[in-house]
Amino acid sequence: MQPAVKRVIFYVLLFGIWQVAVYLFDVSPALLPAPTDIFVSLYEGFSNLTLVYDLVASFRRLFIGLAIALVLGLLLGVLLAKSKTADETLGSLILALQSVPSIVWLPLAIMWFGLNEMAVIFIVVLGATIVMTINVRTGIINVPPLFIKAAKTMNYRGFRLFSKVTIPASIPYAVTGMRLAWAFAWRALMAGELLSTGPGLGYSLRFASDFGDMSRVIAIMLLIMLIGIIVDLLFFQRIEKKVLRKWGLAT
Amino acid sequence: MFLSMNNVHKSFTNNDKTELVLSDIQLDVKEGEFVSILGPSGCGKSTLLSIVAGLAHATEGSIELEGKTIKGPCKERGMVFQQAALFPWLTVEENVMFPLLPDMSKKEAQQKAHQYLQMVQLGAYTKHSPHEISGGMQQRVAIARALAMDPALLLMDEPFGALDEQTRSRLHEIVEKIFLETKKTILFVTHSIAESLKLSDRIVVMGTQPGTILEVIELNFPRPRSQSKEELLYYEEKIQALLKSEIDKVTEKEQNHAASR
Ligand SMILES: Nc1ncnc2c1ncn2[C@@H]1O[C@H](COP(=O)(O)OP(=O)(O)OP(=O)(O)O)[C@@H](O)[C@H]1O
Ligand SMILES: [Mg+2]
Repeated sequence: MQPAVKRVIFYVLLFGIWQVAVYLFDVSPALLPAPTDIFVSLYEGFSNLTLVYDLVASFRRLFIGLAIALVLGLLLGVLLAKSKTADETLGSLILALQSVPSIVWLPLAIMWFGLNEMAVIFIVVLGATIVMTINVRTGIINVPPLFIKAAKTMNYRGFRLFSKVTIPASIPYAVTGMRLAWAFAWRALMAGELLSTGPGLGYSLRFASDFGDMSRVIAIMLLIMLIGIIVDLLFFQRIEKKVLRKWGLAT
Repeated sequence: MFLSMNNVHKSFTNNDKTELVLSDIQLDVKEGEFVSILGPSGCGKSTLLSIVAGLAHATEGSIELEGKTIKGPCKERGMVFQQAALFPWLTVEENVMFPLLPDMSKKEAQQKAHQYLQMVQLGAYTKHSPHEISGGMQQRVAIARALAMDPALLLMDEPFGALDEQTRSRLHEIVEKIFLETKKTILFVTHSIAESLKLSDRIVVMGTQPGTILEVIELNFPRPRSQSKEELLYYEEKIQALLKSEIDKVTEKEQNHAASR
C-alpha cells in the first residue's frame, strides 16, 4: 500500500474515533471539543478573516526575524570559521546559548524593548541566529581540502578563493542551517506571541484560551502544526534535497 | 634543464616524531617529455607532485621550472588529482572556464572551454552537472580544465586510479593524443606498470621508507606502444622485480614492528 494511502486511512480513523469518543462519553467541549467543532471554528476564523489577520501579523514578524537571523548567522559563522580566537571565545558562548530555549529571554527582552513586537522579534532572531551560525561555521570548516588545493593550482587565493570556492562549497550546510533556523524561529515566535502581545496566532490562541474557547485553541494549534510541516516539507526539504544531490552529498 | 629537482628532501613532523618521506630526490625533465613516477603506496609520489605543484614545500632542496625556483602554486603548472575535484555547483563548461575567468572575458573563456572539452571528447556535455556524468568523464573534464590554463607542465596524480580497465585504456589513448598534439611536458604518477609502459618516455621507479629514486628507465619505443609488446615485456619484469623487493622490505619492517610490540 502507498504510504500516502496509509496516512489518509490513519488520519480518517484518528479523527473518526475522536469524534465518536467525544459523542459517546459526552465529553465537555471545555475539555476536548469534537473534530467537527474544531473544523467549524477554523472555517469561521478564515471566513471572518480573524485568522487571516493573525497569520499575516505572525508571518511579518517571522520574516523580519528570520531575515535578520540569517544574515547575522552567516556573518558570525564565517567569523567563527575563519578566526580561531573568535571560535575559542565567542564560539563557546554560542554553543552554550544553544542549550537555552530562546523563550527564556522574553522577560529580559520585554524589559529592554517593552511589551511589543520588538521583544518577540528579538526572541525569534536569537533562536534562529544560533543554529544558522553553527551550521555555516561547520560548512566552512568542512569544505573538502581537495577543492581548495585544486583552486590554488588555478591561481585562486585570498578573498577570491573564499568567495568562489569556500562559500559555494559550504552551501549544503547553509541550507540545512536555514531549514533549522526556520524551525527554531517558528517555535520561538509562537512561544513569544503566546506570552506577550498580539496580533498573531500565538496571541489569539491565548485569547481563545482565556475565554475557554477550546475549539479555537485546537484550531490554532492545528494551523501552527500545518504551517510548520508545509513550509518544511514543501520548501526547505525540497531545496535541501536538490542541493545535496547536486553537491554530490546524497545518493 | 626545463624542470630540475635538486636533492629534494621532505619530512613530516607529527606528535614530535619526524618521518622522512622523500630523501634526496634528484631528477631532470626535458621539455616535451612524458615522465611517469612509479612506486609502492606511501613512497611519497603524491608528496613529490604537491611540491612541484607548489601546494607543499620541500624541507630541503629546491625545484626549478625554466630556471625559476618554485615557491607556490601557479597557472604554469596544471594539476589533475586522483579525484576529479570538479566543483559541483558549476556545470562542466563552467568548471573548465573557472581558471580562465579572472583573465579573460566570459565569451573567450567559454570558447576556450569548448575547444578543450572537444579535445577530451566531451563537446556534447558542456551544460551537464558534474554529478550527471560518469567518473571517467569527470576525470576528462578535470584534464580539460588543467589544459585550458595552457600550463607549461601538466602534473597528474594517479588520474585514472579509480576507474575500470576499459575506461582507463580509453583515457590512455586520449592522454597520448593530447600529449602528441599539445607537446606538453607531463609528470604522471601511477602505480600501474602497464600504464607507465604505455605512456612514458621515461619511468622513474621509486623505493620507499624513505622515498628515493631507485632507477630511471628510458623507453625509446615508437608510439603507440602496442607495436612493441615483446620488447616492453623485459622492462615490465625488471620493474616488477624492483617493486617486489621494495614491497618485501616494507612487509619485513612491519613484521618486525609487530613482533617487537
Ligand atoms: N600531511 C602529512 N602529514 C604527515 N604525514 C604525511 C602527510 N602527507 C603524507 N604523509 C606521509 O607521507 C608518506 C607518503 O605519502 P604520499 O601520499 O606522498 O604517498 P604516495 O606515494 O602518493 O602513496 P599512494 O600511492 O598510496 O597515493 C606517507 O607515509 C604518509 O603517511
Ligand atoms: Mg598518492
